[in-house]
Amino acid sequence: MLKIVDLQVGNIGSVIKAVKFLGVDYELITTPEQLVGASKIILPGVGSFASASEKMFTSGFNEAFDEQVLTLKVPVLGICVGMQLLANQGVEGGSHKGLGYIDASVERINSFDRTLTVPHMGWNDVNGKELTLFDGIENESCFYFVHSYAMRITNSQGLDIAFTDYGEDVVAYVRNDNIHGAQFHPEKSQSVGLRFLRNFIELC
Amino acid sequence: MLRKRIIPIVLLDGFSVLKTINFKQRRNLGSPITVARTYNTRNVDELVLLDIDATKQGRAIDKFTISEIAQDCFMPLTVGGGISSIKDIQDLLTRGADKVAINSYVIEKPSFIKEASSIFGSQCIVVSVDVIEEEGKFYIFSRGEINRNLELIYWIKHAEELGAGELLINNVTRDGMMEGGGVELAALVASSVSIPVIYVGGISCPEDAALIGRTDVSAVGISSIFHFTDYTPNDCRVALAKANIPVR
Repeated sequence: MLKIVDLQVGNIGSVIKAVKFLGVDYELITTPEQLVGASKIILPGVGSFASASEKMFTSGFNEAFDEQVLTLKVPVLGICVGMQLLANQGVEGGSHKGLGYIDASVERINSFDRTLTVPHMGWNDVNGKELTLFDGIENESCFYFVHSYAMRITNSQGLDIAFTDYGEDVVAYVRNDNIHGAQFHPEKSQSVGLRFLRNFIELC
Repeated sequence: MLRKRIIPIVLLDGFSVLKTINFKQRRNLGSPITVARTYNTRNVDELVLLDIDATKQGRAIDKFTISEIAQDCFMPLTVGGGISSIKDIQDLLTRGADKVAINSYVIEKPSFIKEASSIFGSQCIVVSVDVIEEEGKFYIFSRGEINRNLELIYWIKHAEELGAGELLINNVTRDGMMEGGGVELAALVASSVSIPVIYVGGISCPEDAALIGRTDVSAVGISSIFHFTDYTPNDCRVALAKANIPVR
């Protein structure tokens, strides 16, 4: 069954609402033991990288993820901070560890351009048409973003990446084999977002 | 490229949707749930719901209304009205709000911005400011009167420093007048801070929205014309696009 991970560092109601709307059975889980037997995993992210990372590593969820995602190759989708947690580390609220599934670090968006409005908040286009999760979604379709930190990939070998343009190329979506991350909020992105979620559930 | 947002602003008196003029004269426009549902089917960029009587009546916005509205709403939802505690925010987020707008309370207790943003994240905390235009100058309007002790630009910069993630600027003088938006106010505020700014007040047609959209604001909030004319949020998007402003 699809398992939605609640790290209890923020409100994940809208992800649940979207999955319900798609008519998919799911289980909401709060402990690492409950991750066993997942057919797919969604890791929603709200709150800060620091609090999510702390919860991930003190609860033992990191080991349960390694088992399911690295060993058993269960497809996982991280959303927003959930996506950022797939990186090696993040600097929001001090330096904190990530799961290390994507060779990347998570850094503040406007570290180069101080004139940019931060957070990057609103609708921005993502060109990912040839990628599985963007099946049926036109290039230049807009998704809803709200974030002040973004993933900077240090080694892109073997990765699928879709960018959005916000002063620089910002990683909007990344895939490493069975591991997917979306910086935008598909659950807040109207019909294209619902399609993206449905693609993850049905095509992965 | 990031698109400029067109955001319907829905004002409530606790139960019904209202249209106001200068925040005083009112007309009742029926159920907020019906209104929100209409906007949802129109595929709007975002929705803002403000209960303008909550503070005065010493209560928070009705949570059941929010639950109902959030039910089939797959876009960002900002909710405001009478918020004065961490629990108020928690309740609204649990009911399906993505952001909360806080106005009067933080003017009296600015440290609440810091407290709330450190718990829920800046992106979740919208500081709402009501503004009066008087002889070319701008003043903060709070609890029914002009606040002459707090300077507008000082306040919005301070709010940003304390952790506000977005500003919602309501131009009270132009509210419901249908005479166009306050371009000068929109430009002034947007150039003073580096967080997103939503400007609201006075838009009478899609071209007015485009004039505001030309400034550095991130979003144009609109209320009256969607209730009293045939214009839709999409007409406004088209007007912005014609003016070469990126829209969704």
